[in-house]
Amino acid sequence: MEKNTFNFREMQAREDRLAPGHRMCAGCGGTIAVRNVLKALHPGDKAVVGNATGCLEVSTYMYPYTAYEDSYIHSAFENAGATLSGVETAYHVLRKKGKISSNYKFITFGGDGGTYDIGLQSLSGAMERGHDMVYVCYDNGAYMNTGVQRSSATPMYADTTTTPSGKVSDGKPQARKDLAAVMAAHNIPYVAQTTFIGNMKDLYVKSEKAIYTPGPAFLNIMAPCPRGWKYDAPDIIEICKLAVETCYWPLFEVIEGKWILNYKPKNKLPLEDFLKKQGRFKHLFTPGNEHLLEAFQKETDRRWEELLKKCEM
Amino acid sequence: MKSKAIKTRMSGNEAVAHAIKQINPDVMPAFPITPSTEIPQFVASMIANGEIDTEFIPVESEHSAMSATMGASAAGARAITATSSCGLALMWEMLYVTASSRLPVVMALVNRGLTGPLNINAEHSDSMGARDAGWIQIYSENNQEAYDNFLQAHRIAEHKDVHLPVMICQDGFITSHAVQNITLWEDEPIKEFVGEYNPEHYLLKEDEAMAVGPYAVSNYCMEEKKAHAQAMINAKKVILEVAKEFEEITGQKYGFFEEYKLEDADFAVVAIGSVCGTAKDAVDKLREQGIKAGLLKVRVFRPFPGEEMAKALKNCKAIAIMDRCESYSANGGPLGAELMAALFREKVTAEAVNVMYGLSGRDVRVEDVEEVFDWLTKMAKGELKFTEYPYLGLRD
Repeated sequence: MEKNTFNFREMQAREDRLAPGHRMCAGCGGTIAVRNVLKALHPGDKAVVGNATGCLEVSTYMYPYTAYEDSYIHSAFENAGATLSGVETAYHVLRKKGKISSNYKFITFGGDGGTYDIGLQSLSGAMERGHDMVYVCYDNGAYMNTGVQRSSATPMYADTTTTPSGKVSDGKPQARKDLAAVMAAHNIPYVAQTTFIGNMKDLYVKSEKAIYTPGPAFLNIMAPCPRGWKYDAPDIIEICKLAVETCYWPLFEVIEGKWILNYKPKNKLPLEDFLKKQGRFKHLFTPGNEHLLEAFQKETDRRWEELLKKCEM
Repeated sequence: MKSKAIKTRMSGNEAVAHAIKQINPDVMPAFPITPSTEIPQFVASMIANGEIDTEFIPVESEHSAMSATMGASAAGARAITATSSCGLALMWEMLYVTASSRLPVVMALVNRGLTGPLNINAEHSDSMGARDAGWIQIYSENNQEAYDNFLQAHRIAEHKDVHLPVMICQDGFITSHAVQNITLWEDEPIKEFVGEYNPEHYLLKEDEAMAVGPYAVSNYCMEEKKAHAQAMINAKKVILEVAKEFEEITGQKYGFFEEYKLEDADFAVVAIGSVCGTAKDAVDKLREQGIKAGLLKVRVFRPFPGEEMAKALKNCKAIAIMDRCESYSANGGPLGAELMAALFREKVTAEAVNVMYGLSGRDVRVEDVEEVFDWLTKMAKGELKFTEYPYLGLRD
């Protein structure tokens, strides 16, 4: 495994760069992601934080209050990649001209709607052009800001407001897009997938690598949403753990094209354990729907096996 | 510092590229689209040959071009872009965001019709569609004006009382590709005139953090819009001041509009862009025949100098307002609608007609403009009254 630069106490002692007092929901996974990614910035380094329109934007920069200690830019929903690529390019010119000397890092956040779907082209362009920036997707698996509509990150069978389960509907018919693989196919220096595990070590280590690897980097963070997933808010950490232990959300990195599995459960848990804690999958547990659970398990297993092959495990 | 005149010949796109070379902006994101494509190509070559310090971002769409331009400008860089037609349409959302963020970016717009059907020729439907996006819009008759207007753009955009993006427009192909004589200005006086860009607040300002692009509730949003509208009003003064300073260096005179033999005119054509060259020839021919014809050539469309134009047209007997853009409003085109309203406010009682011309690059000849003047003389005598706004040169 990677060299351990993680010191929990030291990280927790760092000042938050996302100040308290923002208006995100209690127990929101997006906020946990942002706070911890920004903690991976080395003290003394400056940053410009970008953001696609979404819950995070409307709750953290509501005029005239901003929750960010660093410079921040939001422009629209589908262009967080392009917007920050303009900022990053400006940095290089201004440095070249001797107008600034500080060390700046560029990190942009988008939900899965702004990243997997409407912002995919802008993200792809920014990564392909090689800007020295990190794109962080806080993936809560639906358009939560507009009221839980499906996205291409929504897991199969999930009940959303545009894929409702009903008498003749099992929820979302399609399985989720594997965006981390799509980004790895861009041959960028660093891609990683993570979530909130243990004392956030995996998230911290990957954030630091993403920020300090020269060139473009992409982080996909599973960030549960208590409103859209319909679970008891304090259960968030348990749910993240189950996502990893069931191999629904594997932890991996792709460094310079090399796939690395960061965690392999000793006893892979059945997917049901992850699903049954969430109201959005409630209909899968009504009698007669056993075949849906089976199909979902099969798809999860297929993806896990494929990942093991990529990681040469 | 006065500049010597350097006589040469080039196309409108080359002229804008030469202006960019002299300005040496920090960042230019752009995406190719006919007929503006040459501008980023010329800039890319200048960068490849080490002639400018600009960083070019070869974005994957015009939406991203405007987004990256906005980001670069917010970061503290002097940022420009270029586009046409559907490219501008794809930027639409970001045009508003950039303007409301009060970022002084400059765009070279080469006017081409919006698709429906697909056509690549000169029309103003692209920029006219964006007329309410909060950008300053300045139009050019020929390559000289495209060059001179572009050189003045940053000074207007970056002025502390304005802080608005500026679009410098020229007609696709007719101006952008046709090679004409031009007078260029020396680098040194131009660099001195344009000056360094030193914004007060920006994302990369080392001693302060800044946030751009808030979510603003109704309690704040309306005040933002009024401030933006006020900046557009302020721009009127600044546009004239910058033009005056430019005149001191180059001897070239610019205002909100050009009055060509308008002072004593009975009959006036009001138009925008390259057609004005043709209209001037028509005016000259009619003047030789003793007909008091004149032209008002609109240079600045945003801010709209309605009062000033109405005053200049006050003594005319009949006026033709020419639009190279359909509004599909059943009420004429955008210049027609806005100028008619301004004429009413100034109590100008001349006969007036809104004429649709040159759509999708339809050629306009001197004889066509003469025909318009013929309509005007008949209208003034009460011999002609249009029940619908006419299309010039429409085939049966």
